[in-house]
Amino acid sequence: MKKAIKVLSVILALSLVFAFAACGGKTDGGKDSTDAGASENASGATAATQEAVTADPDKLAGIKFGLICLHDENSTYDNNFIMAAKEAQKKLGLSDDQVVIKKNIDESNACYEAACDLAESGCNIIMADSFGHESYMKQAAQEYKNVQFCHATGTSSKTAGIKNFHNAFATIYEGRFLAGVVAGLKLNAMIEAGDIEADKAVIGYVGAFPYAEVKSGYTSFFLGARSVCETATMKVVYTNSWFDIDLEKTAAENLINDGCVLISQHADSEGAPKACEAAKIPNVAYNIDTSSIAPETALVSSRINWAPYYEMAITAVANGEEFATDWIGTIETGSVELLDLSKNCTEDAAAKVAEVKAKLADGSLKVFDCSTFTVDGKNLTEYEADVIDEGDFKPDTNVILTDEATGITYFAESDEQFRSAPYFDILIDGITELG
Amino acid sequence: MSAPKKIHEPPFHIVKRPAIAPWKALLIRAIAIAAALAVSSLVLFVLTKKSPFEAMRLVYEASFGVFNKNSDRGFFAQVFTGRRFWAMLQDLCMLLVIALAVTPAFKMKYWNLGAQGQVLFGGLCSVAVMFYLSSGYWETHKALVLLLMIAAAVAGGIVWAVIPALFKARWNTNESLFTLMMNYIAIQLVSCMINVWVPTGSSVMGVVNQNTQIGWLPNMTFPEAWGMSPSAKNYFFNIVIVLVLTAVMFVYLRYSKHGYELSVVGESVNTANYIGINVKKVIIRTLVFSGLLCGVAGFLLVSGTDHSITTGLDRGYGFTAIIVAWLAKFNPLTMILTSFLIIFLDRGASDIAMNMGFNESVGDIITGIIIFFIIGCEFFINYRIVKTHREG
Repeated sequence: MKKAIKVLSVILALSLVFAFAACGGKTDGGKDSTDAGASENASGATAATQEAVTADPDKLAGIKFGLICLHDENSTYDNNFIMAAKEAQKKLGLSDDQVVIKKNIDESNACYEAACDLAESGCNIIMADSFGHESYMKQAAQEYKNVQFCHATGTSSKTAGIKNFHNAFATIYEGRFLAGVVAGLKLNAMIEAGDIEADKAVIGYVGAFPYAEVKSGYTSFFLGARSVCETATMKVVYTNSWFDIDLEKTAAENLINDGCVLISQHADSEGAPKACEAAKIPNVAYNIDTSSIAPETALVSSRINWAPYYEMAITAVANGEEFATDWIGTIETGSVELLDLSKNCTEDAAAKVAEVKAKLADGSLKVFDCSTFTVDGKNLTEYEADVIDEGDFKPDTNVILTDEATGITYFAESDEQFRSAPYFDILIDGITELG
Repeated sequence: MSAPKKIHEPPFHIVKRPAIAPWKALLIRAIAIAAALAVSSLVLFVLTKKSPFEAMRLVYEASFGVFNKNSDRGFFAQVFTGRRFWAMLQDLCMLLVIALAVTPAFKMKYWNLGAQGQVLFGGLCSVAVMFYLSSGYWETHKALVLLLMIAAAVAGGIVWAVIPALFKARWNTNESLFTLMMNYIAIQLVSCMINVWVPTGSSVMGVVNQNTQIGWLPNMTFPEAWGMSPSAKNYFFNIVIVLVLTAVMFVYLRYSKHGYELSVVGESVNTANYIGINVKKVIIRTLVFSGLLCGVAGFLLVSGTDHSITTGLDRGYGFTAIIVAWLAKFNPLTMILTSFLIIFLDRGASDIAMNMGFNESVGDIITGIIIFFIIGCEFFINYRIVKTHREG
């Protein structure tokens, strides 16, 4: 009996030890690890069409660049920022000590802590990559006035009036439109081959959160596809998470079961492309070259290349110059890229992309041309968007403009006179958002 | 059946120690920490192929900052004015206050695993006040907003702690499961309210009242000449408040009648009944006190630190606090040391992960190894291993 008690107490003591040791663990585990090789491929496809940036190497020696990422390399979105940081580092000839990357920083006080810690350890320019980081970066900017704080996808620098706080984004809707054209051509080919009927050309889209950045993305993608395949329609589901491999995979599978014949996504894992490869459904990705993880089904990806922005900002800091508090990257600055077309694309895709790209560049084609889409059956003539960020979430500015040269009336997304971050948040006819 | 039955005896057996000399206990703990460091260094060395001393340096710098030889300031002046030292103290105090909150309940052998939920719900009530009273009249009555926030947080913490206590006292329900489930309710409530308050975007509340700073605990201003880092001063009030609470809790447990009653209930409910302690009353009263402290923790995290709320407001301290309290044998003063130990390791481990290119799981592994040794060594303090004497 005594022995039994002793054994029992040892077991209990041990289980206590293990239980306690286990309590401290975070619950992030259990996710698939991703192919590192696949994510690295995309770096080879970056275009070299940027303007030359010039800075004195002596001045650059005093630079220390800090990058705050929401996740790590497993997230295609964050990996895109990290890759660009490495590209900019190489181009500007910075040493490894001059680039500090903090990963897995939540959209909470942790971001403020990370930003202050970077500032304290000598960084003179600090960038954060996620939408929810914004207010924490702003707070740090007010305390470290000699350090430049940059934030991707943010909305408030224009109204904040803080000199050392900057927002940046790119006209990625143009890249998405181009990717949409490639997808539309694929749909046409599928219709022609008799794989699907013309009225069954349904695109599925896995979105992260229901707000402007995502809506603007899927709408431009859809408009691109419909510009070549008139019968295309689209179904959208949200995962309500930026990065969740299982959720994204399940969402894609559900869309496929629901009759979608082509999938694209704005969510940051490889969940959806993998689901497409398993179901042999064509896929268009974002921020990552998926040709190695989905060799039979990947079509193309659009990507924001952050290197031109980093280079511009770092050079300005090195030279002691001010730079834009709200910066918009474009195809021209090299910020918006369409990665290499895969072998799964139709043969005419390359030529068509080049043609559309040229039209976008010279202004004869607008992505959000109001004559190409309707809302509740009507064409838009004016639309108030929440451009001025006062934390009120209320529309305040008419963003429908008419181009004098071409006479095109269009929704002016990420326009210089407004702001860099997207504000297109309209559900247009032809697109359905599922529960 | 003539052969005598052979008895297998292990060469060692375990004997409970009647008492242990304090120096021996200390020595065992020191050996445990040394062994823990050795094993974790080995793990790091295998993973990184870098000198373990490099890792040790990173752990130290994560809490005390990088020493700059070229500065004309002395060593202690650099530590004291640096940001990392204050951030470490802030983390330490937040862990400590939650450990204080769980202590009386655990001493009573009431397994309150719901500190996370109590802190979250207290914080949620607090942030609600801050969110709604953000303009007009309140801009000139900031102190009143702060008072209302404290009241709301404390009330929220108490409600969340007392519901399971009532069920325990009335129907003898299992408090571990009940409090655990209350955590999930609190987490979902927080996500739900964030969605209500922030209808667009990626479900992040962000900093509340950033321009007006209504509902923010004021910053401490140190003399300019001290050269404090700009953000080092932010957490001063949090730290002071928690240290005062620690002293109060020490006195409460050690010298008050309440403190005595709850330890009697913890030792034996029958004894408590026999000597006329109203056990139900003690359970509920103690949990009111626990919830109150969790509410205060929620308030400090919202008003003093985050100025916002996320479902991770409690930073996982709701559970870590249990280790802190347990390791300190429920002595609030010792808890300062154990909190320091956990925070020091935690900050160090995540810095190692960051600097050596791993994700944060490596930090968790290192912390796990060290806590394993420290808790494991308690076995050797309570028991000794004796060689079995063989007869015949």
